[in-house]
Amino acid sequence: MNICVLLKQVPDQGSVFTIDSDETWVQEDNLVFTTNESDNYALEEALLMKASKGGEVVVCTLGPDRASQTLKDALAKGADRALFLRDDAFDRLDSLGAARAFAAALRDDSFDLILCGLQADDTGEGQLGPMLAEQLSLPHVTLVVQTELLDGCIKIKQELEGGWFRHLEADLPALLTIQSGINKPRYASLKGIMAMKRKEIKQVSAADLSLTTGDLTPHQILKRLYVPAKTKETQFLEGSPDEVVAQLVEKLANEAKVL
Amino acid sequence: MNMKVRQMGMTVRGLDYANISILLTDEEILVQHTTRDFVEAEVLPVITKHHRQATFPHELVSEMAALGFLGSNLPAQYGCANLNSVAHGLLCQELERGDSAVRSFVSVQTSLAMYPIYALGSEEQKRKWLPAMARGEVIGCFGLTEPDVGSNPQAIKTRATKTERGWRLSGTKMWITNGSIADIAIVWAKDDGDIIRGFIIEKGWDGFSTTDMHGKFSLRASVTSELIFDEVHVPEQSQLPKAEGLAGPLQCLNQARYGIAWGSIGAAMACYEAALKYAGERIQFGKPIASFQLTQEKLVWMLSEITKAQLLALQLGRLKDRELLRHQLVSLAKRNNVWMARECARLSREIHGANGIIDDYPVMRHLMNLESVYTYEGTHEMHTLIMGEDITGISAFE
Ligand SMILES: Cc1cc2nc3c(=O)[nH]c(=O)nc-3n(C[C@H](O)[C@H](O)[C@H](O)COP(=O)(O)OP(=O)(O)OC[C@H]3O[C@@H](n4cnc5c(N)ncnc54)[C@H](O)[C@@H]3O)c2cc1C
Repeated sequence: MNICVLLKQVPDQGSVFTIDSDETWVQEDNLVFTTNESDNYALEEALLMKASKGGEVVVCTLGPDRASQTLKDALAKGADRALFLRDDAFDRLDSLGAARAFAAALRDDSFDLILCGLQADDTGEGQLGPMLAEQLSLPHVTLVVQTELLDGCIKIKQELEGGWFRHLEADLPALLTIQSGINKPRYASLKGIMAMKRKEIKQVSAADLSLTTGDLTPHQILKRLYVPAKTKETQFLEGSPDEVVAQLVEKLANEAKVL
Repeated sequence: MNMKVRQMGMTVRGLDYANISILLTDEEILVQHTTRDFVEAEVLPVITKHHRQATFPHELVSEMAALGFLGSNLPAQYGCANLNSVAHGLLCQELERGDSAVRSFVSVQTSLAMYPIYALGSEEQKRKWLPAMARGEVIGCFGLTEPDVGSNPQAIKTRATKTERGWRLSGTKMWITNGSIADIAIVWAKDDGDIIRGFIIEKGWDGFSTTDMHGKFSLRASVTSELIFDEVHVPEQSQLPKAEGLAGPLQCLNQARYGIAWGSIGAAMACYEAALKYAGERIQFGKPIASFQLTQEKLVWMLSEITKAQLLALQLGRLKDRELLRHQLVSLAKRNNVWMARECARLSREIHGANGIIDDYPVMRHLMNLESVYTYEGTHEMHTLIMGEDITGISAFE
């Protein structure tokens, strides 16, 4: 059972966010970065599968230099090796560009399963998994809350809207996006941490993956990032019931113009 | 520039005003992360209850063992994680940010029970005990202090008399952390020639009994016991062969004191963090109490002392790994860092006002714990005298 887990490093949700001067991203200088929450569950699910079925868990990320922290953390928790997609050409990809880069990196490895988190906490799109599955012509299931490996296939419980669930079976290889809460992610043990430095982090560039500028050109561009302007305001009317009613009627007639 | 460096590398979780992260390796930082996450998720939710009921959190032991917290700085061949001194220090810091009792449990197991076997024991003793102790299956304690003997351990009265088949041990030990929950006790006693020897005494041996000490206002989540030895027969192979004289126990205490120099920073951090949060939220005279200069001065004092203590502890760790650490420097750090933590706890208690004395907040618990930490492992005063002797060449205590 060879499993690849995609991990993304995202700003910690407890950070204080400031929008940068060109209004297309947040200032990163003061942020603390961490592994995306649902990705941790995907990693744990892979490590549990490895514990019961054997094989290898490979972790893979795409990001700036600091993103190697996320790989090291996963190696300390028990992943066997890491693949780091690192190139300035990978800065600010859209989901399709990232999916193409991951597809190029993972195509030749014969993984039985690719797991990723449900969505990244920074961009919140949830598109990478399905897009990557399409690139690799793999079946995919999103919002996975339970898995059971069988021979050559996997049973899955998928969360639907409104408290509904669906039970599916997918042929392997397949790609799943994992919902937070599916398991209890482990802490890195001290022995795992000490073993981490002997594990490989292989860095690959756009050129290594024969990716062209055309492959990576975003089709979706973030135009402007801003804190929503305050458009509504709650007013408290004070006074006796009669006074309040008079004020309210006046406002409905003249301010809201609904009377 | 600094920010750029900071961003590239890993950073410790929580308080790091002077960006000490850039002086740490990835492994050291990951150890801090694991311990912090463990303490947040497993220790903090249960510690107030244990403190209130004066019970030891047994439920934490197996997971701490599984994560490698027990004997973490000992070699892999004995089933340990082989951490360097700084990583081990960060482990102590984070555990004591939870509670001094939890750190004390780990310190005693690691530095006062496993370390003596590792440093002073035979290969057979090491193989017999260390892996099981790392797994948390065998708990240890360390018996040096006696009812009449504290700061001057040279004066211990517990006797080990040579017999044909080994030794006969008689005497009483007091204030022994983990005493009644321990499967083995490292016990120090004088032989017929008045030389201090070390022994591995096993629970259940004839003539060996323990009673717990109750009514403690400090380290309430830690077990503290009296050990009574009434003509206990000790087989030859349970003597630590390399322990001879006071240097034996002192060598172990030095390991534990090093851990306390880090651990106390954790307690101080917990008190500072609580004070900063409370000062921002508590409104008096129409504004947060953090806006008053007197409160700010207290917060600044705490943060300054914590930052200095962090740098001192880190330097100690680096020296220790290069085998350049003199025991007088361990005295300096134990003395300074526990003192500053105790002061931080008091200042934090003041900032919390009446809320400072209730266990909805962690402050009074740390304040009470630190009274023990100030006294055990060599009192504050004894460390002053050790340094005093070092710099003047004159011993003020002998
Ligand atoms: C919670 C707790 C857990 C403990 N766990 C252990 C354990 O696991 N194993 C163990 O062996 N011990 C343990 N101890 C004992 C601890 O190490 C002793 O309490 C400590 O060494 C001080 O001894 P004492 O209490 O007898 O104080 P004393 O030695 O009687 O000292 C009393 C006071 O006199 C001062 N004093 C003494 N001599 C001098 C001097 N020459 N000059 C100036 N001042 C002096 C001291 O600094 C102190 O202020 C523990 C203690 C506590 C409180």
